[in-house]
Formats: sequence, C-alpha cells, structure tokens
Amino acid sequence: MARRLTPWRWAVLGLAALYFLVPLTASVIFTVDVPGHGVTFDAYTRILSTDGFVSSLLLSLELAVATIAVVLLLMVPAAVALRLGAPRLRPVVEVVCSLPLVVPPIAFVAGIVTVLKWGPEHLSRTPLFQTFVAIQNENFPVVLVLAYVVMALPFVHRALDAGLRSVDVRTLVEAARSCGASWPRALVRAVLPNLRGALLNASFLTLALVLGEFTVAQLLGFRPFAVWIYDVGGSQAQMSVAVSVLSLLVTWALLLALAGAGGGRARTASDRG
Amino acid sequence: MTAALPRADVAPVAPAKRRRHALGWLAVVPLLVFTAIAFGLPALAVLDGAFTAKDPATGATSYTTGNLTTSLQGPYLTALLGSVKLSAVSAALGALLGLPLAQAVVGSRSRALREAVLTASGVLANFGGVPLAFAFVATLGNAGVLTVRLGLKDSGWDLYSFWGLVLVYLYFLIPLMVLTITPALEGLRSQWREAALNNGATGAQYWRHVALHVLAPSLLGGLVLLFGSAFAAYATAAAMVGSAVPLVTLQIADALSGNVLVGQENVALALSLDMVLVAGLVMAVYLPLQRRSARWLDA
Repeated sequence: MARRLTPWRWAVLGLAALYFLVPLTASVIFTVDVPGHGVTFDAYTRILSTDGFVSSLLLSLELAVATIAVVLLLMVPAAVALRLGAPRLRPVVEVVCSLPLVVPPIAFVAGIVTVLKWGPEHLSRTPLFQTFVAIQNENFPVVLVLAYVVMALPFVHRALDAGLRSVDVRTLVEAARSCGASWPRALVRAVLPNLRGALLNASFLTLALVLGEFTVAQLLGFRPFAVWIYDVGGSQAQMSVAVSVLSLLVTWALLLALAGAGGGRARTASDRG
Repeated sequence: MTAALPRADVAPVAPAKRRRHALGWLAVVPLLVFTAIAFGLPALAVLDGAFTAKDPATGATSYTTGNLTTSLQGPYLTALLGSVKLSAVSAALGALLGLPLAQAVVGSRSRALREAVLTASGVLANFGGVPLAFAFVATLGNAGVLTVRLGLKDSGWDLYSFWGLVLVYLYFLIPLMVLTITPALEGLRSQWREAALNNGATGAQYWRHVALHVLAPSLLGGLVLLFGSAFAAYATAAAMVGSAVPLVTLQIADALSGNVLVGQENVALALSLDMVLVAGLVMAVYLPLQRRSARWLDA
C-alpha cells in the first residue's frame, strides 16, 4: 500500500523542496552576481565593517539573554508548582500564557506606546518618572525585554508543559525531599536536569523570537538586528539580502544543534514512559 | 464542633497539602504580577484609548465610540477587510498544501526524512519578518533573479501585490501547518486503515470516512492558527509592499508614527482593538479544538 503511493509522495516532496529552496538559492545568486560587476563576494565581506551591524547584533543578543533569563525565572517555578499540586491555578496560568496569542504584536506595541506617553504626562513629578526614562534607555531598552517576555510566554509555556509531561516531577521531588534535600535544592538538582531538553527548547524559541522581532522595536524607535537589516535594505540591497541569508543559516545551525542536544534525551524519556 | 471532628482525621495530610498550595501560589504570583504590569497596562491603555477622544483645542478628553466607528469606515475598513481576505486566502492555501506535505513525510516512515522536514519546518515557520521579505524581493522583486532571468515582468508579475504577499506568507504558513498537523497524522493508527481495507473500503473511502474525521479538529485548528498568524504579520508586509496593499497592521503603524494625520493615535488604538477582537475570535475557536485533537493523541 505504502509502496503504491511513492511517486505521488516524491512529487509532493519535490515541489515543496523547489518552493522552499528557490528563494534561498536566488537570494544567494542575487548577493554574489551583481549586475555590471560579475561574481563578487563583496556583499558578505562588507557586512562586518558596515556601520551598526555589530552594535545592533550585540543589542539583539543582550536582549535575548535578558529575555530568556526573565521568562525562565518566571515560568519554571510556576510550571513545576502546577505539576506538583496547585491544580486550581492551572487554568489561570494557561489563560495568562495564552493571552499574548490573542493580541497581535502591533496592537500590543500600540498599547505600550500609549503607556509610555501617558507616563511622562502624568507622573512627571514622581520618582516613577525616572523608571519610565530608565526602561527606555537607548543602550539597553528594558521595555523591549518586558515586551519580549510577554510575547515568549505562550511558546515557553508549551515547551515546559511538554517537557514536564514526560517527567514524574512529584516522585522526583519526593525522592529528593526524603533524602534530605531542601525545596530549592530538590528543584535545581533533581527536577531541572530532567527538563534540560524543554529548557533548551524554550530558550531557543525565545532566542529566535527576539533575534527576528521587528514590529515592537521599530515602532518604539529602537534599533536591534531586524530593524537594522530593514534600514540597510533601503540603501544596500545586496548586503541586506546577504545578511538575511546568513541569519537564516545561523538560526538553522542553532536549531540543528538543539535537536542534537535535546532530541536524544526526549526520545529516551518517552521510551521509558 | 462537627467541623473539627473530620478535620482531626485528615490532620496529618492537611498541613502538607496546605503548604504545597502556598508554595504553588508563591511560585505563580511573580508570573501573574509581571503579566499584570507588562501585558495588563498596555491592554488597558488600548481599551481606554480606543474609547477616548481628545479635543484638540481645549485638551479635554471625553469617552466616545467615535474612534471605533471611524475604524470601521473608509480606508480603515478597506484595510481591515484586506487583512482578513489576505489571511483567509493564505491560511486556506497553507492548510491545503501543508497537509499533503505532512502526509508524504509521515507516510514515508523514514525517520531521517521526518526529522529533517520537521526541523526545517521549525526554522521556516519562524522565518517571517524582514529577512523573508528581502529574500523574496531578491528572487521575484522588480530586479529579482527569477524576474529578470525568466522575463516575468512582461507577463504581468508583480510581487508587491495581494498574490505576491500570499506567495510570501505561504513560506512560513506551510511549515507551520506541517508542524501542527504532523502529530495528528502520526496519531492515525495503521490498524484503522487495515480495518477499513479489510472491510472492503478503498483508500479514498478510508480517508473520507475515517482519517478526515479524526483529523478534522487538528485541520480546523491548524487553519485557524494560520489565519491568526497571517493576520498579525506586519514586518514582512512593511518591508515588502509598504502601503501598496491595504492591511490593518500597516494602517496602525502609520497612524502610530503620525505618518498620515496627526491625532490619529486613538483611531490606531481602535483599530488595534478591532484586531484583538478578530484574533480573540480565532483563538476562541483554536484552543478548544487543540484540546480536542490532543485527546486523540493521548489515547
């Protein structure tokens, strides 16, 4: 039965490969085959020295690290606690983590813009005003971290939930507690190592989200990586496409590394279950 | 007194249980406080702003439904409908094309192929935004590699149009559909197919009467997820078409940055509220469906 469908299957896979590979190949050709110059790798060699590349990439990476740290600190204890026995809180957390899905980023940033404008107008005489200034610091916009954490909540929740489902947290914690471990120690030494795959997964999804995020950053007037590519695209078409291709390759490499690190573990866990 | 008696029975359990509850709350409260501030404040600001009008002369504010009415008229309504149409068309095509691709991968029973396609889908589903737009501009834009080499321009091809956007959106919607539908396809037991075939059904009959029924919640869920994803997309369209195609996200961005008319911020907030209502409707359909399809997979 399966054998009879093979030509159809190859046709489907072939067409899909064509659709997904052609834009990538064409992009590479576009960057190296410059009209009037012949084949040149100029677009790639110029990237590093172009104004704003290093600073915008660094800003994006810093934002990503901060976002991952905050979102894991908020979500891991909550997710573990829900597994251990606070079933009545479960729907609350689920709703909270699904809410960002209902609000498109552009609507979210419209709200943030309004709050940021409202702050200085009404709080100019209070110490809170300084907070509004501080979170909009050009060098490290905390307001972006806050926004990104909210946007990452649904993905992180799903990743952690899937990871926790394959681990018997209650038994792990009870075993650790009976052996005399304190609560934090039981969490850090017994539960977290078993969640390595899920934590990596959540971190990667957050990293990809922050590196590619454009809407919020652009409308708030900051210039992390995606906004920089956009700005460069106006004047240097070849190079912006070169950076786009590279950013896809880097993301791909990260995901493959993650599949290698986390995938094997997840598979053994499900075999045991 | 009567209440105290039963409590004496469960006394050894109760404190531990209560402590666990307290710990549960303690662990969840930071999350709730954070979302109340980082998500709740902007959400309230949108809600409040959408219903507020500011008199330009006196600076006095008053509550009104005028912004919402404006947001459902003229160019704003065109943009909103344009977004809905674009999202519906690309979601339908994405689901229609993603299903056979996922089926081809699952049916091949090749672990390597499956892993490769799922990994690729994971990357491509996240490959929205500016880089995607630029990759397509390089391929099919005015000076794009294919446009020039195949002479597409003479045949009337235009990337910066409705169908151009659909073609680009499919680049992340098809992988998203593959990711969504693969678990459900894997949940189809080979025994069901064998049972159907043994009872004299053809392959097509098996698909129509058995497989599609099991897949229906996942399919519909995927469709709705694709719609929401296309509906919320902004970066790709902004980097590619500017305002050549009327879309609600582009309108909001224009109004927010004061590109069109000064004082349109409140209309932008009303438009945001419109978007939230549409997206909320989408999620209200999606989340129960996802739960329903999960039941098949756990079984």
